[in-house]
Amino acid sequence: MGLQALFFYLFAFVAVASAFMVIAARNPVHSVLFLILTFFNAAGLFLLTGAEFLAMILLVVYIGAVAVLFLFVVMMLDVDFAEMKAGALEYAPIGALIGIILVVELIVVLAGNSFHPAAAGTGASLIPPVTERTNTAALGDVLYTDFIFYFQIAGLVLLVAMIGAIVLTLRHRENIKRQDISRQVARTPETAVKVVKVKPGQGI
Amino acid sequence: MEIGLSHYLTVSAILFTIGIFGIFLNRKNVIVILMSVELILLAVNLNMVAFSMHLNDIVGQVFALLILTVAAAEAAIGLAILVVFYRNRGSIAVEDVNMMKG
Repeated sequence: MGLQALFFYLFAFVAVASAFMVIAARNPVHSVLFLILTFFNAAGLFLLTGAEFLAMILLVVYIGAVAVLFLFVVMMLDVDFAEMKAGALEYAPIGALIGIILVVELIVVLAGNSFHPAAAGTGASLIPPVTERTNTAALGDVLYTDFIFYFQIAGLVLLVAMIGAIVLTLRHRENIKRQDISRQVARTPETAVKVVKVKPGQGI
Repeated sequence: MEIGLSHYLTVSAILFTIGIFGIFLNRKNVIVILMSVELILLAVNLNMVAFSMHLNDIVGQVFALLILTVAAAEAAIGLAILVVFYRNRGSIAVEDVNMMKG
């Protein structure tokens, strides 16, 4: 149990510290890198709770796709971030006040309460012992049967997001040369070459 | 002291609050606001997984998976809108988003 507590505090501390650096860093590239560190440690916390598949998905999807997408956009946009940071502390006191109230309320209400132990183990789809069924298989057992409808909806959401992102960012630029394959294939010597008979000494 | 549900809920509450505070602190920079939203969604996911562990019920993990999907879609759409906005205005400051002001 000591080892689990050690790793929990390690992951939790690094996650919270790097999450704070995400919002406090001056350079947005540093923010993205700290965001990656936060996700990495959150994946460690997921592993400690036994949600192994979600931990790996967090690594692949969040770090591999979302965080790298953020990095692309930050580097693509040529914005003066230092100027944007000016006057940031103007709203910091009220933000800190609201934040402190919020975190105290959340911790008092959620973490301070001990949830009724009788509720544990009464759900419809219990987690099988990890010796019998791995976490990925157990998740697949319910995801493809009881929750197939939600699974399909999730796929639809991703499809719509993909089409939306493409439609938003695609633009047809004028004045650039493009390859038109059908026109190239349809070319014949008759249409491509014009033979002009020039009489000597006259020119065209 | 055994690591239980309340420990995870505390971590997730702190992460959630940092996300909220980030929106206040970086009101001008849309990219950092989007990152704060990602932090908030991560905190929610941690809540779901912690309760899944506590109640020994796998439905919490299914929900966390769905939240992850929606968060990825939201990030993609948000960044696409940001890129289009930057193309039109040459800036991503929040106070420049006033073209629809009457």
